[in-house]
Amino acid sequence: MSASLDPSLNAAPGSVLSARNAFTVALLAIIALFPVYSTLTGDTFVLTLFTRVLILAIGAVSLNLIMGYGGMVSFGHAAYLGIGGYAVGILAKEGIDTGLVQWPVAIAVSALYALVVGALSLRTRGVYFIMITLAFAQMIYYVAIGLDRYGGDDGLTIYKRSQFGGVIDLNNKTLFYYLCFALLLASIYLISRLVNSRFGLVIRGVRSNERRMSAIGFPAFRYKLVCFVIAGAMCGLAGALLANHTNFISPAMMHWTRSGDLIVMVVLGGLGSLFGPLIGAVTFLLLEEGLSRLTEYPDLILGPVLLLVAIYVHGGIEGLLQGRRRG
Amino acid sequence: MFTAVSKVCCKAAAVARSLLQIQSLTRRFGGVVAADAITLDITADEVHAVIGPNGAGKTTLIGLLSGEITPQEGSIRFEGAEITRLPVYRRSMLGLARSFQITSLFRDFSALDNVALAVQAHRGHSFRFWRDARGEDELRQPALAALVRVGLAERAAVRVDKLSHGEHRQLEIAIALATQPRLLLLDEPMAGMGPEESAQMVQMLRQLKGSMTILLIEHDMEAVFALADRLTVLVDGRIIASGHPEAIRGDAAVRQAYLGEKEGGDQGGRHG
Repeated sequence: MSASLDPSLNAAPGSVLSARNAFTVALLAIIALFPVYSTLTGDTFVLTLFTRVLILAIGAVSLNLIMGYGGMVSFGHAAYLGIGGYAVGILAKEGIDTGLVQWPVAIAVSALYALVVGALSLRTRGVYFIMITLAFAQMIYYVAIGLDRYGGDDGLTIYKRSQFGGVIDLNNKTLFYYLCFALLLASIYLISRLVNSRFGLVIRGVRSNERRMSAIGFPAFRYKLVCFVIAGAMCGLAGALLANHTNFISPAMMHWTRSGDLIVMVVLGGLGSLFGPLIGAVTFLLLEEGLSRLTEYPDLILGPVLLLVAIYVHGGIEGLLQGRRRG
Repeated sequence: MFTAVSKVCCKAAAVARSLLQIQSLTRRFGGVVAADAITLDITADEVHAVIGPNGAGKTTLIGLLSGEITPQEGSIRFEGAEITRLPVYRRSMLGLARSFQITSLFRDFSALDNVALAVQAHRGHSFRFWRDARGEDELRQPALAALVRVGLAERAAVRVDKLSHGEHRQLEIAIALATQPRLLLLDEPMAGMGPEESAQMVQMLRQLKGSMTILLIEHDMEAVFALADRLTVLVDGRIIASGHPEAIRGDAAVRQAYLGEKEGGDQGGRHG
């Protein structure tokens, strides 16, 4: 299975239990066992922390699709977390509490937003693309602040988590945790199929050499746009999960620094690798959590760590496990 | 009446034989005229070489024909259809392929992946999200055939950044061939090659002769005279001569503007 999931064609063949795969399997096993640990010890802190990790990992996985595989560096990805979250929060406030409506709406509105942003921003390249995606996200951020009925700047408490007809009770911490884990694994599997399909090869070809892609007959723009929409929809789902996790939505969910965090997770874990975003999300959020206990200024340590990874490690932590170094 | 009919008939015959018609194509970059009212007919199945000193506008011409550069004046007709303002990918769909002077490949893919992508572009849309594209015979077989054609089959599974410069140049051609072009635009295919590699490339291109129309830009005069059916000389964006290679060789203006100046006396003697 792990061999077929491998996105890079020339990864070391053979051994399924390479250092990298062993690490990934161990990580997944540990993540799968946290609820057991919580049940045995009664300590729910780890479970709460890792529910958040799993949800943001879905966001990072979706960002990795456009950024790692498609070469589109979006600096506004947290907007989808916000849109997904607000879809749940606003509908809940208006008395529609079924997840069967809330979640599809969260995904659909995110996709629509991605379609509009993508249609305008994907005509530009590099820094301009980054700035336009950021500008749109800021716009959504200020729209949320302006929503007085839904808490404006202060945000909105969600009193009832998404309902699934009594079949799935999201108030059950363990159940919600496993739901997030399952959705994360499903996202990763989806990406693994996607990036090796015809569509995925086009996206990766465009990142590698867009000029040549046009020359051999691909209308690059429309493939990039569809890719952008898929990533947006996926992150919208993460937003819906996040709102359910925190029982709260606020503009802060889509502050531009949140978009930055997602980028950091992807780069830290390994651009364009399947499990990199998960590894990055775990590392980033644990570092953030741990450092904020040690010091008032966690960024002072986090910053240099990221710098070192960016400069010296090609392919993030995932690359490090494969023994790849820059230079 | 009779003359009119015969005129129509001859015109029709001429159109049928002509694949690409370039009509007073002009492109200026600031004060530089990179293409100055270029008018040229490319006949179906010929190898037509375009030569000229550096800065003559050869690569601009390829850019205009492939669609990366839009002309300010003039028109391009391909198989009778107006393509002057069509985007690059649409021209590729019509059967117009190009190779790049500076190797332009997908570096993190294998040689076969590179070519398979070109095949894929011409096998319907690529909004197929699930099936492993590398397992599709429909893409891999024609791709492998193109690699065989350029003599790169044994290196099919090798990543592009592990291939030599000469192999990159071969792969350039294979990618263009995989789109099954009616017209192949070759931008200095021998660029950076040693004499041995160049000879192999000439050999390979000679085998393509007759199966497609080729517009060849090349500095290597030996290669040009070995391959070309017709020859056009470009200087400062203008065509100063066009015709049979032997006629061009003897053209005084060309010798002065280009051949003589570039090749020196002894080379000129050999050509003459």
